[in-house]
Amino acid sequence: MKAMTGTRGLVLNEPFLWEQGARGRTCFSMPRRDVDPCPLKDELVGQGPDFPDLSEVDLVRHYTRLSTWNFGVDTGMYPLGSCTMKYNPKINEKMASLPGFAGAHPLLPAELCQGVLKLMYDLEKYLAEITGLPAVTLQPAAGAHGELTGMLIFHAFFKARNQQRSKILIPDTAHGTNPASAALCGFKSIPVASNDQGVLAPEEVAELMDEETAGIMITNPNTLGLFEDNIKKIAGIVHAKGGLVYADGANMNAIMGIVDMSKSGVDILHLNLHKTFATPHGGGGPGSGPVCVTKNLEKFLPVPRVIHQNGDYTLTYDCPESIGKLHAFYGNFGVQIKAYSYILSMGAELKKASQLAVLNANYIKEELKSVFHLPYDRACMHECVFTDKFQKPYKVTTLDIAKRLMDYGFHPPTIYFPLVVHGALMIEPTETESKTSIDLFIAALKAIAKEARESPELLHEAPRNPKMRRLDETIAARKPCLAG
Amino acid sequence: MRYLPHTDEEIAAMLQKAGAMDLDDLFSGIPEDCRRGRDLDLPEPFTEWELNQHMAVLSGKMAVSPEYKIFLGAGSYEHYIPEVIKQLLARSEFYTAYTPYQPEISQGTLQAIYEYQTLTTRLLGLDVANASLYDGASGLAEALLMAIRITGRKKVAVAGSIHPFYRKVVQTYLAPTGCEIVEIPYLANGKTDLTRLPDLADLAGIAVQSPNFFGCIEDLDLIGREIHSDPKTLFVVTFTEPLAYGILKNPGSLGADIACGEGQSFGIPQSFGGPGLGMFAAKKRFMRNMPGRLVGKTKDENGNRGFVLTLATREQHIRREKATSNICSNQGLCATAAAMYMAALGRTGLRELARLNHDKAEYLKNQLQQAGFTIPFDTPTFNEFVVKFPAGFETTHKKLLAKKIVAGLDLSLYYPELIDHYLLSVTETSSKEDMDALIKEIQA
Amino acid sequence: MKEISELNFPDDLRYTEDHEWAKQEGKQIRIGISDYAQDQLGDIVFVELPQVGDTFAKGAEFGTIESVKAVSEVYMPLGGQIVAINEALEDAPELVNNEPYAKGWMIVVNPSDINEFDALLARDAYLEMLKG
Repeated sequence: MKAMTGTRGLVLNEPFLWEQGARGRTCFSMPRRDVDPCPLKDELVGQGPDFPDLSEVDLVRHYTRLSTWNFGVDTGMYPLGSCTMKYNPKINEKMASLPGFAGAHPLLPAELCQGVLKLMYDLEKYLAEITGLPAVTLQPAAGAHGELTGMLIFHAFFKARNQQRSKILIPDTAHGTNPASAALCGFKSIPVASNDQGVLAPEEVAELMDEETAGIMITNPNTLGLFEDNIKKIAGIVHAKGGLVYADGANMNAIMGIVDMSKSGVDILHLNLHKTFATPHGGGGPGSGPVCVTKNLEKFLPVPRVIHQNGDYTLTYDCPESIGKLHAFYGNFGVQIKAYSYILSMGAELKKASQLAVLNANYIKEELKSVFHLPYDRACMHECVFTDKFQKPYKVTTLDIAKRLMDYGFHPPTIYFPLVVHGALMIEPTETESKTSIDLFIAALKAIAKEARESPELLHEAPRNPKMRRLDETIAARKPCLAG
Repeated sequence: MRYLPHTDEEIAAMLQKAGAMDLDDLFSGIPEDCRRGRDLDLPEPFTEWELNQHMAVLSGKMAVSPEYKIFLGAGSYEHYIPEVIKQLLARSEFYTAYTPYQPEISQGTLQAIYEYQTLTTRLLGLDVANASLYDGASGLAEALLMAIRITGRKKVAVAGSIHPFYRKVVQTYLAPTGCEIVEIPYLANGKTDLTRLPDLADLAGIAVQSPNFFGCIEDLDLIGREIHSDPKTLFVVTFTEPLAYGILKNPGSLGADIACGEGQSFGIPQSFGGPGLGMFAAKKRFMRNMPGRLVGKTKDENGNRGFVLTLATREQHIRREKATSNICSNQGLCATAAAMYMAALGRTGLRELARLNHDKAEYLKNQLQQAGFTIPFDTPTFNEFVVKFPAGFETTHKKLLAKKIVAGLDLSLYYPELIDHYLLSVTETSSKEDMDALIKEIQA
Repeated sequence: MKEISELNFPDDLRYTEDHEWAKQEGKQIRIGISDYAQDQLGDIVFVELPQVGDTFAKGAEFGTIESVKAVSEVYMPLGGQIVAINEALEDAPELVNNEPYAKGWMIVVNPSDINEFDALLARDAYLEMLKG
C-alpha cells in the first residue's frame, strides 16, 4: 500500500480576534482626509462597536493559522455525496476579480454595463442548452433559493388559473430542503416511497396524484445516486392531472450532455453552479442556484430579465406575471462569472466530465462492495451509497468510519443521508479525482474495514490527527454560546 | 482537458472493473426518451489564454472606478478593500471547503464564523447573530417571516423609505403566505411618518431602514418606543450601509428586536450586486426562531475549545416543512471577508472611516446647496443624500455619463412623485477633486 | 441505546403508544415521556412546552423535544387544560434523560374526561407493546 496522505503537522493555536491587539493599532491605510470635519449631532452618535484594534501582521497571522485548521478540495479528496466537491479552477477566481466585474455597480445605466449583461445573457443561453429547458433566471443565490423560486412559480401558475392546490409530492429520496421550500409556498408535502430498486414507481405516484396536488419535486439522479428511469411516465401522470414537475438538479453533474430535462417531462429545474459548474463552496457559500423552465412558464420568472435587442443588452422589469424579486439585485453575479468561465473552458467536454464522474463512482462501488454493505447493488450514477451493516458486529458505526477517514487524510463522505438507508455513507468522488487518488481512497476504506474487525477502538477514538478530537454537540445545543 | 485527469489506459482499467464496455455503456439504464437528440452545442473549449482575452474584452466594456467617477450608492457602495483581505480570502483552505459538517477538520471556517457572529452582535447591539443569509433584501424578508412565526399574526408594516428592491423581495416572499403588507409613507423631511403608523394591534412586525433609502437617519428610538406600545410587535431595523454604525447609535441600543441588512460595504466587491452578505441579529429570546446557520462554542474530548454548527433542529434538514426557513447555507466566504474587514479597521478605524464618509458627503451636499441646488429632505444623512435638480436634469445626467461621471440615481424610477430628485452617494473613494469636478460639470 | 430489560417502567403509571406516561394525582394528571422514549432520543437539548391555561384534545401535540439532530413531538395522553409546566426544563433539559419519571416531568393537566385516563396502557401492556 502506498503511503496515505494523512499525517500530523505543526498546528498552531490562535486566540480570538478580540483577545489580541491594542487600542490604537491599525491594519487599515486610512484614506486622506481632504475635507473639513463636519460633526454629527451628539444625539445621533454612538460609542462605536467594541472591535479590537489589530496590526496588519496580527490579522495575517490570525487568518493564516485559522486556514490551516480547515480541509478543502485543494487539501485533498472531498467525496461528500450530493455536494459535488470537484476542483475549483484557479483561473475562474481571477476572472471574477477583474476590476470591470468586481467594481461594477448594479445600478449602472445599461450602456455602461454591456459586458456583464452579455455575460449573463450568454450564461443563461448555455444553461438552457445544457438542460434542454429554454428559459433561465440566474437570480437565486443558492440551491434552496432556486427551490423557493420554483415553488413560487408553482404558486403563481395555479393562481393564474384560479386554482388553489394544497399538496405536493416529495419522494423519500429527496433533499431535505424540498419540504421546507414547498411549505414556504403553502404546499403540504406528501411523501412518496421509493421502490425496492431505489427509484419511484409510476403506480405509486398515480395513486397519490390528484387535482388537489400541485405536482412533484423530484431529484434526478436521486440521492441514492440512481437515475429515476420512470421519470417520463411519472411526468405524464402528473401532467395529466394538471400538475407540474419540479426537478432538483443538484445532481446534474452525472448527466450533462446525456439527458434532456425537457424531454424527460421536467417543467422547472434548479442548478447548483457551486456543484456542477465548479464554483467554490466558500465554506458554505456564496453559491448560485439558477432556475430553468419551459417556454410556457417563462413569464413567471423573477425580474429583471436580461434581454438582447438591436445589438444591445438591457434589463427589463416589464413582466406583469413575474413572481417578483428574490434578491436585491441579480443574484450572486460573482459566482456566475466563475461558472461562465468554466463552461467556456470545458465546452462540449462537459459530457466527458459527467462520464468520468459516473465512471469514478461505479469504480469505487465495485471495489468496495465486498467490504461495505451496498444496499442497492446496481449501476449507479455520480455517487454510490454504502452502509455500516457489515461493521455492526464490531460495534463500529458510520460515524466512526467517517472520523477514521480523517486520520488517513480524506474528507469523509456524506453520512446518515439519504434517510431511506440506515447508516448511509454516501460517496461522490467527482470527475476531477484521478485514478491514483481514488485508489488511495479505496485502500484507506479497506484498511478501515480491517481495523473495524481487528481493532475497533481505533475507530471509536478517531480522529486523532486533526487539530480537534470529536466535539461535544450536546453541550453546544443545551447551553448555546453563539458569541464571545 | 486539464481538469479531467484520466488517461485512456486508466479509463480502460476502470471500465473493466465497473463492468462496462465503454463510457456510454455506463448510462445504458437511461431510457431513450429522456436522452438528448444531439451533442451539446457550446463554443469550442477556450484555452486559458483565450479565456483571459475574452474576459478582458467583456470586463473592458464596463464603467468602473477609477476611470469613471460613480456617485451611486442605493444599496451597493464603493469602498476600498485592503489587499490583505483579498490575499487572506484567497487561501483556498477557506474557499474550497464546504459547510463545516465535520467540525474536527473545519475549525478554521467555524472559528471565523463564530468571530463574524460576535463582531456582528457588537456592531448591531444585539445578543445573537446568525452565520449570515443571502443578502440584505432576503434577510429582511426572513426577518418579517420570523416576526409572523413568533407572534402568530398575519400582517406586517414596512416603511416606504426602505430600499424599493427590498420591499419588492418582501412582497415576493410573503405573496404565497396570504399575509398583508402595509406600507408606511415618508414625511416631507424624508423620514418615516410615525403619525400614520397603522393600527399596531395586529401587526407582527414593523420594518424601518436607517439610514434609509434617501440616506436619512431615522429616529429609531422614537419609532421603537411607539412600536413597543404593543409589546408583542417586533421592531425590525434594516440597513444597506453598515459602516454607518461605526459612528451612529446601533439598532439594538435603540430598541430593535431584529436588525438585518446588507454587509457588502465590509470588504466585499460590488460585483454587479452579488454576492453580498445578509447580516442578521436578534435579541436572545428569539434565538430559536432565527433562520440560518449558527456556530456555537463547545469542547472536544480532550477538553479543548472548539466550535460546531448548532441548534440545527431549527433547520430544514431536520424539521423539514416546519423549519424556521428553507435556507441551508450561508454566505460563508463573504461573512469571513466582513469579519476580516471589521477586524482590519477595528473600533478606531471604523469610526474614523465612518466620519470620513459622512464628512465627504456633507462637503458635496454643501457645495451643491451653495451652487443653488435644493436638498429637499432636511434630515441628517450619513454617506448619501437626495438632491433636487432643475427640471430637465436628465439631459445633463446623460451628458455627464459621456464625461465618465455617474451623477447619482434618478429617484423618479422608484418614486414617481420625486421627479428630478437624485440620490447621490459619497464614500472615502471620492476625492474632493472628484466632487469639485462634479459640481463644475453640472453647472457647465 | 439500552435493552428493554435495562429500562425502568414504574407500575403506578399509565403509558401511551407514543411513549408518554401519565400519573393520576388527585384530580390532576402529571405527564412526561417514558424511559424508553428518552433513551431512544438520546441527549435531550431542548424541550418546548405549552402555556398554562392552554387546552388540548387527546392525541394533540402539546410540545416538542429536541435532541442534537432530531425533533420529536409529544402528544396529550388525554384531553384537558394545562395547569402547570415544568419550568426547570428550560435550563436543564437533561432532567428528562436523567429522571424521566421524577424531575423530568413535563406538564400537569386538568382532564376533561377522566375515562380517557383509564383507557391508557398499564405497565405490562406497554411493555408487551415495546417487545412487539
